[in-house]
Amino acid sequence: MNTAFLIQLLVNGLVVGTLYGVVAMSFVLIYKATQVVNFAQGELLLIGAWVCWTLLTKFQVPFWAGMPLSLIFMFAFGIAIQVVILRPMIGEPIISVIMVTIGLSTVFQAALKWIYGVNPQPFPPVFSSKAVDIFGLQIQTVYVMSLVVSVLMMLGMAWFFKASKYGLAMRATAFNQQVAQSLGISVKSVFAMAWAISATVSAVAGVVVAVVNGVSSGLSAYGIKVFPAAILGGLDSVGGAVLGGIIIGLLENIAQYVDSQYLHWGNLYEIAPFYVLIIILMIKPYGLFGTKDIERI
Amino acid sequence: MVARSTIPAGDFRTSYAADTTIFPTKTSRNFAIAGVILLCFAPQVFSEFWLSIAIQIGIFSIAALGLNILVGFTGQISIGQAGFFLLGAFTSAYINNAYAIPVFFAIPLAGVVTALVGLVFGIPAARLKGLYLVIATLAAQYILLDFFSRAEWFSGGSVPASANPFSIFGYTLRGDRQYFYVVLAYVLVCYLLVTNLMRTRDGRALIAIRDHYLSAEIMGINLTKYRTLSFGLAAFFAGIAGALYAHYQLVVSQEGFGIERSILFLAMIIIGGTGSIMGTLMGTAFVVLLPESMELLSHYLKGGAIDKALALNNNITFLREIAIGLIIIAFLMFEPDGLAHRWRQIKTYWKLYPFSH
Repeated sequence: MNTAFLIQLLVNGLVVGTLYGVVAMSFVLIYKATQVVNFAQGELLLIGAWVCWTLLTKFQVPFWAGMPLSLIFMFAFGIAIQVVILRPMIGEPIISVIMVTIGLSTVFQAALKWIYGVNPQPFPPVFSSKAVDIFGLQIQTVYVMSLVVSVLMMLGMAWFFKASKYGLAMRATAFNQQVAQSLGISVKSVFAMAWAISATVSAVAGVVVAVVNGVSSGLSAYGIKVFPAAILGGLDSVGGAVLGGIIIGLLENIAQYVDSQYLHWGNLYEIAPFYVLIIILMIKPYGLFGTKDIERI
Repeated sequence: MVARSTIPAGDFRTSYAADTTIFPTKTSRNFAIAGVILLCFAPQVFSEFWLSIAIQIGIFSIAALGLNILVGFTGQISIGQAGFFLLGAFTSAYINNAYAIPVFFAIPLAGVVTALVGLVFGIPAARLKGLYLVIATLAAQYILLDFFSRAEWFSGGSVPASANPFSIFGYTLRGDRQYFYVVLAYVLVCYLLVTNLMRTRDGRALIAIRDHYLSAEIMGINLTKYRTLSFGLAAFFAGIAGALYAHYQLVVSQEGFGIERSILFLAMIIIGGTGSIMGTLMGTAFVVLLPESMELLSHYLKGGAIDKALALNNNITFLREIAIGLIIIAFLMFEPDGLAHRWRQIKTYWKLYPFSH
């Protein structure tokens, strides 16, 4: 047993897992509000990170200004995607809408590679000190920041849905579109807002990952990892998505530990979540907290 | 079906056989037969380059046909088709090399093996509604590719596996000119099989599930059975296509068969028309020819002002991906029935010219 290594990996897993949780949360937000499985979630994350990187390095904007600016951009961008691309698709079969998001993800992915190249770019350092000492463990400052930001995002989201008027409107729409509309909620603007918030939240996660690891097209892998997380938590449960994300993050790192210490298969880290995904789909398809679909005729 | 619109008013079908016929008129059947006979002379006429493109279209269209059974006829999405394609390629090469089964039998056998593996991944699909299957196939894509990079006994790991050329009655078919006939035969058989499948009870069951699965279930259609069946069929055709590709290229490597290729297969059927068998062929031709035409265009623009400003030639791969993505979106938004629908409209126009009614 290599305890120090294990603890390091667990901390790592917790940090990455909360980030997965944040992205999964924004994925579930779109699914709940608009019934669209968004395959372009990872690209939203990537766009946010690249925009922030451009502001910081090309325009020399300080971080405290650059981050909000890129979030504002992503907010507008989310609305734009919904209005231009997805609004005309309302009423089409749901599988067409999903295929549209697959197309979107291809376009964004390739366009970003075209603009920024394929090589990862380092992010300008945000914190002066490299590591902080917590209970005798050396933890990188960015990790702490990442954890704090993720938790703040989750709390903010919880408040938004519990207490704010718009969040309530969104929940009502998710529950039943027709009833919500008859009560005076603009379903159109709820849809647009769902995309806007989802894009913004993903962008925060994107910037956080970028600060830790630098920006590269590999970031959009977070968009793929969202699926195991969201399925584990239940496709329509925001809380479940967060928990699912943390579990997947921890699981990845535990898989890496088992792999490096005992099995030596290599690369187990990458693939373990997908095996978990298949197993969950077989034994508990609606996840931990998802609502079971009961159809009445 | 919209295809029936070319039948003039007053021409009624009086028997069930007439209603389900593949070719509505004698002329259309004669044209189809003449087209196939003309294609048989293609290797004598066209250059190797065009033949290799034709072979690619043929092979990929078989995999796209399988995907169309799933997406177009059963209403489920798969983004793991490239994984199954590759599985077919490796399986065929492996059973040919390891057990000395002739390539002639190895190709259909590879299809069967791929179908069986597809069924395993299809089990969740049987229990769940459409949305979940797409996620299961995503996992299948990653798990299969991971398996290929691990299993050195099977796929050679990081080294590409070698495959033997196609041979029949001790006569080996080598090169584009001879392999063209193999692909042509397989394309004909597969397309006839699927066309006939859609005329049977099972095919109609799949379409009923796509249109309204609850009603279908109430009418006594076994949802679990047919969803799993359609997933297995999709994997089967992917496996056949992969095996054909393996014995055409003579090496199999996983290079270029990631998730992008799966999306490309999806693009083929979206562009051609989901739920249209002939459309699959058109869509595949479109997707295969698109990069070639872009290559040509960028060749002409080389050195020009536009090229310098956008660095087109260095980024042609990305531009190709952007084009594919944009075309997927555009077709879904503006022409959801794809090229097949356009084709029918053109046919109707000429049939009814000069009076549109």
